Amino acid sequence: MRAVFAKLDAELVELEDWNCCGATAYTSVKKTVAYAISARNLALAERTGDDVVAPCSACYYVLNKTRTRLAEVPELSEHVGAALAEAGLETDLSVEVRHPLEVLINDVGIDRIAALQTHSIAGFRPACYYGCQIVRPHSAIDEDPELPTSMERLFSALGASPVDYPPKVRCCGGMLVATFGEIAEQLCNELVGWAVERDANCIVTVCPLCQINLDLLSLNGGANGAPLPVLYFTQLVGLALGCSPEELGLEHGLASVEIAAPQLATTAHTGEPT
Amino acid sequence: VLSRSEAELRAAFLAEVDRIPGGARLNECIQCGTCTASCPVSFAMDLTPRQVIGMFRAGAIEELLESRTIWVCASCYQCTMRCPADIQITDLLYAFKRIAIERGIFPDRFPVHVFAETFTDMVKKYGRNYETGLIIRYLLRTNPTALFARRRSGMALWRRGRLPIRPDKIDGIEGLRRIIAKAETFDMPQEVVARPKITDEVGYGAIGR
Repeated sequence: MRAVFAKLDAELVELEDWNCCGATAYTSVKKTVAYAISARNLALAERTGDDVVAPCSACYYVLNKTRTRLAEVPELSEHVGAALAEAGLETDLSVEVRHPLEVLINDVGIDRIAALQTHSIAGFRPACYYGCQIVRPHSAIDEDPELPTSMERLFSALGASPVDYPPKVRCCGGMLVATFGEIAEQLCNELVGWAVERDANCIVTVCPLCQINLDLLSLNGGANGAPLPVLYFTQLVGLALGCSPEELGLEHGLASVEIAAPQLATTAHTGEPT
Repeated sequence: VLSRSEAELRAAFLAEVDRIPGGARLNECIQCGTCTASCPVSFAMDLTPRQVIGMFRAGAIEELLESRTIWVCASCYQCTMRCPADIQITDLLYAFKRIAIERGIFPDRFPVHVFAETFTDMVKKYGRNYETGLIIRYLLRTNPTALFARRRSGMALWRRGRLPIRPDKIDGIEGLRRIIAKAETFDMPQEVVARPKITDEVGYGAIGR
């Protein structure tokens, strides 16, 4: 992701000494603690003066929820403030928490990304999958939360052929993969099966948890016996901008990206513009 | 008429609901069932989201805390977004979940509880999530044979560099632990009420069947 942002003249800096946002597991157990550890990240970010970009939908939602709830509930805000003070930090809700998709669409713009394209991704037929928490309960992207289209617009502009993908905002099961694996597997099976049926040759996600959940299916041959590569959306943007597969971490995928792009196997990305 | 323990549960829950912005909207539910129809996991629930709200209003709190519905929710927020009465159903289910955990209302070695506990232990220890340790410890505590059954996916993930070999501890771990310790003092006290442990008979065991 850093390589992709660099191509677009936007620098991403890792938040120094960030901690886990708590995700859904913490919220289920200890409420004040969940908000306090999330608020620590906001307090650290405030010192840098930059916006926070959270590439995981759950982190994105949890950090934003912390901002709004602490602003709305004085009692909670007071408790969290007292907890942060133990580490010499202060609650700060001024930091914007953003999702990389929204940053690319709104700050950089589809036109500019397309203008910087060096490599063709014409062979890709992505099923664009948005999942839950970037569209619900508050939409990160300024469009219909039931039928977002920004990824489709982005990848069409880059010459790929996104397929019509009706379950684009259905849930992948999230952390159920650990606790009730069968339920998560059924949800993922439906999501991948739907993509196969629509003749997609890869699925593009906006969240690493959705990505791994869908990718895990490929170990059992995938839905309908067809393993589909599952990419984080910046990986596909990166291919169009000429980043190398290594820079994009494509080798980490369980279902090989070569299923969608055989040329990546043989030419190993020569860096030659197309 | 509410039994004493139900009245007490209801009071505890109402106190929780009060802290959710718009929690009082619970009374606006028209039992339309949009939540149930929108829920991607309602097929695995014993009580649908609509029934949960109906039962709460009817005072059947204890039964609803014993349902597996509150644990199956994946917090996808589809119900919350579509609710015509603007009820924050997902957050209400979280509140029920917290009460059930605090009162120990779940079977032994219950995966959701063990997972959440293992997860919070990891954060206290390292400040970040150490996936490899989390998965191994969690499976050892819930279902050790699954460790064997899942070795193939584990190996595949490890070979592709998706499972870290060692944890990544943050520099400010001492500060984070102080933050957690202080914040814990504000959360509801752990008052485990003596009651018979529920068993798989209620339906937990049937999940996914």
